[in-house]
Amino acid sequence: MADDADLKPLPLDGLHRRLGARIVPFAGYAMPIQYEGIIAEHNWTREQAGLFDVSHMGQLLVEGEGAADWLESLAPGDFKALQPHRVRYSLLLADNGGVLDDLMVTNTGRSLYLVVNGATKHDDIAHMQARLPAGISLHHMTDHALLALQGPAAVAVMSRFTLTPETANQPAFADLKFMAGARYQWNGVLIGVTRSGYTGEDGYEISVPSTHAEALAEALLAHAEVKPIGLGARDSLRLEAGLPLYGHDLTPEITPVEADLSFAISKRRKTEGGFPGAARILDQLFNGAPRKRVGLAIEGRMPAREGATVWNGDTQVGIVTSGGFAPSLSVPIAMAYVETPLAGDGTALEIDVRGRRIAARVVPMPFRQKNYVREGKQG
Amino acid sequence: MSRLYTQEHEWIDVDGSTATVGITDYAQGQLGDVVFVDLPESGRAVTKGGEAAVVESVKAASDVYAPVSGTVTEANPALADDPSLVNSAPEGDGWFFKLTLSDASELDGLMDKAAYEAFVASL
Repeated sequence: MADDADLKPLPLDGLHRRLGARIVPFAGYAMPIQYEGIIAEHNWTREQAGLFDVSHMGQLLVEGEGAADWLESLAPGDFKALQPHRVRYSLLLADNGGVLDDLMVTNTGRSLYLVVNGATKHDDIAHMQARLPAGISLHHMTDHALLALQGPAAVAVMSRFTLTPETANQPAFADLKFMAGARYQWNGVLIGVTRSGYTGEDGYEISVPSTHAEALAEALLAHAEVKPIGLGARDSLRLEAGLPLYGHDLTPEITPVEADLSFAISKRRKTEGGFPGAARILDQLFNGAPRKRVGLAIEGRMPAREGATVWNGDTQVGIVTSGGFAPSLSVPIAMAYVETPLAGDGTALEIDVRGRRIAARVVPMPFRQKNYVREGKQG
Repeated sequence: MSRLYTQEHEWIDVDGSTATVGITDYAQGQLGDVVFVDLPESGRAVTKGGEAAVVESVKAASDVYAPVSGTVTEANPALADDPSLVNSAPEGDGWFFKLTLSDASELDGLMDKAAYEAFVASL
């Protein structure tokens, strides 16, 4: 822990420590990995509501005439058709079609609000700045924290807050649908709320001035349904939900088609192209990619971790990019890239774990909604 | 019977030429929820400081080292059904394996309880 001094604290650092979090280094920040335990926190989020501090993520505002057109030169979404107060998942692409980052894009009506990964935000900003034309500005909202409230009780909890739309043309909080967002006055503070998240649960991400982040977190935690949740459970929740994690399941060597994220290439862009790597990506889209991201159900209880090799008989056919124990399913699960002919649901494969072969089977993702759902057993 | 500890947070109970090995309460607290323990088979030779078992938490796999050299005689069968015993009873029912010692003098460098507690307090 000697390098703790080099880590930047989050705006909620004091609160995390008071709540008994175990703090670890992540993306250059001192971050809470867990409070009472990953399994308990994971299950609480699935059953009630979990509060996550994701302030390490980058919040960016793109403003100026033609901002949507410009973003379309970097990512394959149809941002010109993105309606005000709607949110889209997208991908920042390299010239060879590899994924530089995944991000959320919200049309605020005045600007495009982007949320990018914490570990990649500085590279993302440099990438964007280098391609920024005159008349469009890029602002890094370093004075804002980002909280996520996720779980089936999230809507009920947030509905108890008095949230007044910033302007009359923004949706009332009660009308905020999944993948929509708007700005609200809360206690005299302007907060940006999107109904989104990365846990496979309903909920919100809330952008709040850092100076008011602790007051908002405390106000949320005052509700009996809400507990603080660390990065550990965030990882197990997103894995069960089949959501890829940048730096692990997504890298500059992987294309959106290989990542099974073709849904993020909007219909118009599939016809028109015009995004980085379009030739390669559209060729893969129409003619097939050599490999594909799949979910693997693993026989037995021994988890397979990132880096474990995937085999079909004597031939290595893939590699695990995320793997662990699924608390809601009480079994190990993994994401892997495998050769496309072996990516079909039900394909029997093997994973090498410490020199031993364990049986695995390709299954559809998300793991939780579509497969063997049973009560999570307290580990 | 005396209990000794390693800097890798294993404990060992020695009874004549046989011993029982597990991980400490501090270690389980650091690991978090244990979901699987990969134990050595009976008959396997282990070397002091060498990998003897792997303990898997939700997040990661961690090596467990043999505190002394010897031959494994039994792995804890209860951990296959309930790996969370490592969390709930790390220095009791959550033991990992038993072995016969090949060189009792290897015990000399291990810590007693007071020394181990002082070591943990210094971390």
